[in-house]
Amino acid sequence: MEFFAEPAFFALCVPIVAVAIVLGVLERSLGRYSLVASVAMLFLMFFRTPGTLIYAAVYLVVSAVLYRMVLNLFATKNPHAVAQYRVALALQLLPLVAYKVGVLVTTDFPGFLGISYITFKSVQVLIETRDGLITDMTTLEYLGFLSFFPTFTSGPILRSRTFVENVRTPLGRDGYLDRLYRGIGWFVLGVLYKFVGAALAQWFMWFVPAYVGQGAFGWLITVFGYGLYLFFDFAGYSDMAMGLGLALGIEVPRNFRAPFVAVDIKEFWDRWHMSLSTWLRDFVFMRFSAFALGRKLFKSRLTCACLGFMLNMVLMGAWHGLTPDYLVYGLYHGLLLAGCHLMQKKWKFYKKHRRDRWFKVVSWVLTMVAVFFGFALFGGYVVSPLLG
Amino acid sequence: MAQIDEKIVDLIVDISGEDEVAEERDIDLFEEEILDSMAAIELLVAIKDEFGVTIAPTELDRSEMNTVNKVIARVTERL
Repeated sequence: MEFFAEPAFFALCVPIVAVAIVLGVLERSLGRYSLVASVAMLFLMFFRTPGTLIYAAVYLVVSAVLYRMVLNLFATKNPHAVAQYRVALALQLLPLVAYKVGVLVTTDFPGFLGISYITFKSVQVLIETRDGLITDMTTLEYLGFLSFFPTFTSGPILRSRTFVENVRTPLGRDGYLDRLYRGIGWFVLGVLYKFVGAALAQWFMWFVPAYVGQGAFGWLITVFGYGLYLFFDFAGYSDMAMGLGLALGIEVPRNFRAPFVAVDIKEFWDRWHMSLSTWLRDFVFMRFSAFALGRKLFKSRLTCACLGFMLNMVLMGAWHGLTPDYLVYGLYHGLLLAGCHLMQKKWKFYKKHRRDRWFKVVSWVLTMVAVFFGFALFGGYVVSPLLG
Repeated sequence: MAQIDEKIVDLIVDISGEDEVAEERDIDLFEEEILDSMAAIELLVAIKDEFGVTIAPTELDRSEMNTVNKVIARVTERL
């Protein structure tokens, strides 16, 4: 069963949400219930391929064991805590890294749908446990967080501390109903985006070039349509996931906030796939910067920031897949962010005019051109054809 | 106490290059573009060097350290 695509998925969501509503109205906690519902849904997604079912189950169990180990290491002030924590972190990353490399060799390399997204969640937990920010999350709460079915396959990327707080805090009837109503709104919006917006964009990108020809203009139309399709498809999915999550009492973070109004590329990443960009900011950019600044690896803060942006985005590209298209996409956005940062810090003209209307309009146009060219890279409309 | 206050103000002035924060301790450092996320990390690193107080990057919400007075409070409560 494919999540958020097959009628069977939506049909199953009806009784699952119905029970959640009864529990919510009776002011019962939804934590245990959503764990059971998630395990059942994951079983239905994977049972036709027993290998992936077992792999996903083992992944969950091993992640829980690694979390308990790291928690113990720092609670008991183990002298080798940091070294052992690094081993645990490497083990946590191993399935995803192996998968991304492995699929280059054979498409049958072991993995399971959602392995990319679950890795963000399990890594966040290990890092924040090491930071001393996670001290009392129970194993069941952790499994509920990792397996939470509305966001399992493609995000938005949840944060464990928000999840645990949501599960533990009694909402009361009105509090639950408030989440439910907001959830319904997001879900309806998501359905419209995905099944109307994305479908129209797809029609546009497929049929219009058939009339205008496949030349440069046809390419531009295709890329424009593809960019809109990406947005409506992914934002639509994300909004549905958010709506379903809210109905189960969890504040799923927003993934998109009007990305096409951004006037610079930094702002674009504050609005596009936000749960991914904030994750990378918190766990790659900030960690790298703190490490580099603490050891004085670079003379200037500016160099450090630019390298941080590059590292962030190259990793983002590689996470999508180790193909030339995605790697160039990551590098491209890294360069854009570093360039944007340099401009904002060093260019006096920018500082003087950045609030002027004409400057914002020009900046917006340039940003959108850069963004849509990025979509062209991402969708394989540039690098792959060049490589033949 | 006063010493800690001054040290923190010095750190923020040093990192941001803006003197006004010494007087205006309640203005929003991020909204006024006195600090950006890079400078915020630099501040965390400097606080660790100066006071031995470790604040993890995701420990605090921006709203918990967006003014000079809030930064002082966060450091003081951890000393």
